Order: sequence, then structure tokens, then C-alpha cells
Amino acid sequence: MTTTLAERDAGTRPEAGRAVITGIGVIAPNGFTTDEYWDAVLHGRSGLGRVTRFDPAQYPVKLAGEVADYDVHAYVPGRLVPQTDQTTRLALIAMDAAVGDAGLDLAAMPSDQIGIVTGNSVGGLEYSQRELEKLWSAGSNHVSAYLSFAWFYAVNTGQLSIRHGLHGPGGVLTGHTGGLDSVAHARRYVADGLPVAVSGAIDSSLCPLGWVIELTTGRMSTVTDPARAYLPFDHAASGYLSGEGGAILITEDAGHARRRGARPYGEIAGYGATFDPRPGSDREPGLRRAIELALWDAGVPPAEVDVVFADAAGVADLDRAEAAAITAVFGPRAVPVTAPKTTTGRLHSGGPALDAATALLSMRHGVIPPMINVTDPVASDRLDLVLAGPRETRVGAALVLARGDGLNSAMVLTAP
Amino acid sequence: MAMFTQADLVGYMRRAAGEDESISLDGDIAEVTFADLGYDSLAVMEIASLAERELGVRLPEETMAGVETPQQFVDLVNEQLPASV
Repeated sequence: MTTTLAERDAGTRPEAGRAVITGIGVIAPNGFTTDEYWDAVLHGRSGLGRVTRFDPAQYPVKLAGEVADYDVHAYVPGRLVPQTDQTTRLALIAMDAAVGDAGLDLAAMPSDQIGIVTGNSVGGLEYSQRELEKLWSAGSNHVSAYLSFAWFYAVNTGQLSIRHGLHGPGGVLTGHTGGLDSVAHARRYVADGLPVAVSGAIDSSLCPLGWVIELTTGRMSTVTDPARAYLPFDHAASGYLSGEGGAILITEDAGHARRRGARPYGEIAGYGATFDPRPGSDREPGLRRAIELALWDAGVPPAEVDVVFADAAGVADLDRAEAAAITAVFGPRAVPVTAPKTTTGRLHSGGPALDAATALLSMRHGVIPPMINVTDPVASDRLDLVLAGPRETRVGAALVLARGDGLNSAMVLTAP
Repeated sequence: MAMFTQADLVGYMRRAAGEDESISLDGDIAEVTFADLGYDSLAVMEIASLAERELGVRLPEETMAGVETPQQFVDLVNEQLPASV
């Protein structure tokens, strides 16, 4: 008899092989630590503002969510400073926080029993731009040999695994859904017998090179008021704002976590991923099927989902499509829908990882953080948006949604 | 031109490849291998590249492959520097 991966993972098995999250490391525009970030989203404190990392004057988009300046030498080993882009430095910081939060002594574990898979969508663009400028202006002998890997999507997985001596299976998942896909892949590692797998994603592309690449999407908001620029599901939706950061999540076998006395935030209960039909097709986008796959995989009926963390594109037609998928599965105004990313901007692959972290924090603290700035929601979306401050409620199951170009991912997380 | 010294090299090491907090570069490191000082082959390549640009010497990869210690690095650079005037 054969079973699909989803059937094998569907929760009918005993504790062994079930994946829980035991450590969270957040780094975000409105919080350098998990606690800072959680306090910020609960109070609707935004990290969006005018770009300072470079002068945005000549570009149509002037706002972003920047991680606050920090003393890199206080957080990143000296030998790694010359060879790392901001994206990798933030990942190193977030990983330290996640490992500390999990209370894991990685060095005391067999190194081949710890896997790592991270999401990344742009690599180390600021580093790349600096070295390419040297190439053009000063010549090839001025280009750092470290560029050979510092730019690459897989660099965070590589540097984190080297730094922490992880010799288990490893990988990288690209695209804007990568942060969620990586958590799902870590769950597969655990199902295959690994006690611990590091997952999550950090992205950063706040440099002119990253900016001009992203501007070509035509989906960024050119509004210059940080409180009016990124308004998903609002009549005034004008596009999204970009940010940097994300979250690293320690995924662990439920039995392993229990035996060492760890306190899980929640379980990775279900996951689904789909492609959209080709552009121009009149077929339905794939998001609804991704949601249904994730719920089926989790064995959780729609009525048991307590909150949806929306992808929240901030682009009218994409918001309509997401609202349609949510109401098709849950019914009109049947489940609270929130988008704390309105306080950070969209963090590329880091965004869905941060949303998963936020969902787990909601479970632990019994409160759903709001989306901010949205004042005129589109009534025909028929969504119960969490707008006016945090909503205190038991969160037993949360659904996290992520979209990339043509990609849809959905994850169900359940309280321990 | 002055001699290239170990102190000069340590400055280049710090600039090009950073410094491992757990290993001091300030003591007598002349005969300690770069590997033991925390510098892998890529790091040594970065340091050699910086020295080439700043000093106008040629430190090709084939030659650098045999350089394992700061003393060897310093000697190789000094062989190429013009004699003191």
C-alpha cells in the first residue's frame, strides 16, 4: 500500500515524527528581538518610514521597513563580518535568538541529527552591488572573493550551518513563499526521523539594486505617507511596501521536545502548496486549493480555525482573489483575518516565516494582533478583519497564507 | 620603501577577513599557521588581494598556495618590494 506524503504526515501517527516549534527568533523593522516585535504588533507600532539605507529621492517608492541600525560587531563574529550581507547578518542574529529561546544546546547533540532549511528570495544584494561597483570602477582585482557565496540564495543556510556546526540535511527554498515552505520542509525532516531542524527565512534587499529590481513588479506603493501607503483589503489599496527581516524557527520532534522539557509554541499540523494557472487563464488561482490542502493535511475543519494570517498583497486584484479564497473555504466573515505585516512591510521570503512566528505567539498569549492603517475595508470582501486593536481570544488553530509569483502556500499551526 | 612587517600584515588580515574574537593576533604569531589563526584559504586569498592592491606586489594563487604562516607571507611580500631607498 502506498501513501502520499500528506497522508503520512496527517497526524494519525503517534508523537514520534510530529513537528513542533520550540524556538522563535524574530528580527523585524519594528523589533530587533521577538519581545520587541510582539509588543510592537500588539500595540500597532509600525516600522515603516522613509528609506535611510540609501537616498530614495530619485525613485518612485520612498518608504520601507528597515531594521534599526545595530553594532554588527556586537552580534556577528568578526571573521564573518567581511563576508556577509545584511541578510546573512540578520539571519545569524535571529538564529542565535531562536536557539536561545528553544533552550537547545546544539553543540551537545550529534551534529548529523540537526538539519537546516531556510527560505530566501533575493540573496545578498547589497553586498553584490558594492562588489559589482568595485568591478566597474576599480577592476576585477578589487572584487572580494567572498562575493562567490555572499550573494547566493543558499548563503544563509550555509553560514548558519557552519556557525552552529550542523551536519544534518540542508537546503534552501526560494521565492516569496520560501519562509513558509522551509518550515514545511523542516517538518518533513522531522517526520523522517530528525530530532531538530532549523527553518524560517530572513530577507533583505534595501539597496538601489534591490530597489530597481523590485520596482519592476509595478506593485509597490508610491504613496509617501507611511500610514497610508500599504493598505491591504482597503479601498485605498495602492500597492505594498517592502521591508527586511523575518524569523528563524526551531522545528523539533514532539517527543524529543517533551523529553527534554521544552515548551512548544505549537505544532506544524498541515501544509499545502499550489501553483496558479498560467497568466491570462480564466481558471481560479491556486490559493483556495492550498488552503484546503493544508486543512485536510492537518485534519482541521474550517470551523476550528481561529485566525487567518493573510498574504495581504495590498494590490486590489490580488486582495480580491485572496478574500475570495478565504470566504470560499470559511464562509463570509466567519474567521478573524489579520495582517500584522502592515507594521513591517512585506519581507519577501522572511514575511511568511514571521507570520508563522506571529501566529505561534498569538497561540501562546491568547491574542490576535491587528492590522494597522486600514480604515475603509472593501465590504464585498466579506472578511472579518482584525482592525481596531488586538483581539483577545483563545487561538487553537491558525492558518498562515503566503503567495509569490504564481505560488501559493498555506500552513495550519495548532496549539500544543 | 620600508619593510613590510608582521604588524602591517595583521592590519591587512583584520581589514580583509576580520578577526576571530577567540584568537589573539597581537602575540608572536609569525610561525602559527593561518588555519590555526582562524583564516581559511579564501581568507588568505582576500588578504593577498588587498596586499597586491595596496603594495603593488604580485601574489599569484600558485605562489600563495605554499604560504602557510604570517612569516612566509611577510617574506614573500618583502622579496618583491623595492629595496629601501
